[in-house]
Amino acid sequence: MAEPLIKVRKLKIAFGDKVVLNEIDFDIYEGETLAVIGPSGTGKSTVMKVLTGLLPPTSGSVVIGGHETNGYTEDEWDRLRTHMGVVFQYSALFDFLSVGENVAFGLRRHTQLSDDEITKKVSELLELVGLPGTEKMLPSELSGGMKKRVGLARALAMQPKIVFYDEPTSGLDPVMTMTISRLIRKTQQKLGVTSLLVTHDMESVFYTADRIAMLHEGKIVATGTVEEIKNSSNPVVQAFINGQELKKEEKR
Amino acid sequence: MLKDICASLGKRILFYCDYTGRMTLLFLATVKKLKEADGKETLRQMALLGADSLPIVLMTILCTGMVFSVQTAKEFVRFGAASSVGGIVAIAMARELVPVLTGVVVAGRIGAAIAAEIGTMKVTEQIDALKVMAANPVSYLVVPRFIAIVLMMPVLIIFANMIGNIGGWLVAHYYAGISTFTYENSIKTLAETYDMVGGMIKGSVFGAIIAIVGCHKGLNAPNGAEGVGLATTESVVLSIILIFITNYFLSVILYV
Repeated sequence: MAEPLIKVRKLKIAFGDKVVLNEIDFDIYEGETLAVIGPSGTGKSTVMKVLTGLLPPTSGSVVIGGHETNGYTEDEWDRLRTHMGVVFQYSALFDFLSVGENVAFGLRRHTQLSDDEITKKVSELLELVGLPGTEKMLPSELSGGMKKRVGLARALAMQPKIVFYDEPTSGLDPVMTMTISRLIRKTQQKLGVTSLLVTHDMESVFYTADRIAMLHEGKIVATGTVEEIKNSSNPVVQAFINGQELKKEEKR
Repeated sequence: MLKDICASLGKRILFYCDYTGRMTLLFLATVKKLKEADGKETLRQMALLGADSLPIVLMTILCTGMVFSVQTAKEFVRFGAASSVGGIVAIAMARELVPVLTGVVVAGRIGAAIAAEIGTMKVTEQIDALKVMAANPVSYLVVPRFIAIVLMMPVLIIFANMIGNIGGWLVAHYYAGISTFTYENSIKTLAETYDMVGGMIKGSVFGAIIAIVGCHKGLNAPNGAEGVGLATTESVVLSIILIFITNYFLSVILYV
């Protein structure tokens, strides 16, 4: 089997006495979409923060593209981040810039493209996410779903090898949830990017993910393909995907 | 009991040491990244933070010049020292009143705005977004603001000195009956260019304090609207306290 693009081993994150991630292991292979699922507060977004260098691990190893990132300087992270795109839970669009400038942000800073080329690229990206002609609008003029789609366009602008999605469908209506899920799938198929999806929206996970890892109380309790997770005999997994509460003995 | 008091005191001391260290590190990181400044953004910040502050600075200093003249002119005339009023007002304004009051006004207007703007970016994950797009928040956010305030404070101080002295003259002339010639001559005799240069140096140092404190508070704002509010208030309070403390040492270094 090919070497994984992202290899996480014994990753531990603790804030004082509170252990959020307790020595977890998982791999993400090139071109696949791995969904990390689990109840709120189990450290799903923390995983994403560690993989993007926003949060240093307490212990453990994170290897990306064959390079150990532990001890990376901010400059080394910056070099790696030019190959990453992140879609944030609340979009995190720069509210002092227009939609077009948000999407063009990375292109202006890290490429030698001319203004005309950037304008063309921005318009293509906005077309891809179904928001043509919105370049001049401000983030404050957009709905939640539109913001998420602009966030996706911004994340894809630099043609990243890895895209991270943090709760991309939270707070959206079912139609918009499906639109975003389709976009994630389309992005993966069209651009062949490797993706990490952090969410608890199971419908979206089943539609977009190739493999699933379930986090529970700081540990990964199950990993597998969508079918394997659906048919898992693990009561924690079944309770989560079917939206049921765990019985006391199952919790233990 | 004694152990608790010592532990609590120790914690406080450690907190302030940590805090001062972090602020110093931000200052050093800012100085290190000065060459990466985005010219366009710096000019925008200069207009926003400097030029737009001119009306409130002028208003404050005009009133201060007038009040200072009210308090001194009549008394000096009574003691036969009318020929000193202009110089005294000019020196006091140039060395102390203008730099300190401009610093306080700018801390209130700009320090608060910086902390609120960057704090809001922090709690809405925009700072994280900058980082993951390989844009260093120090060079993108702090450096332009730092340069803008450090450069604009001396400019504000020049204008403020002009208006302060005009205010002083207005009161001295129309209220205390001191002639324009006497007032002007007094300034020429007693005040020196260095008085204002020293004030401008003070202004730049105060500007650096306002920028670093505001940015530091914003970048470390706790989550939520309350966190942004807290960062804003703390930024103004801390900037003003540091301005007063630094002013004493600068006065000793520059004028004694």
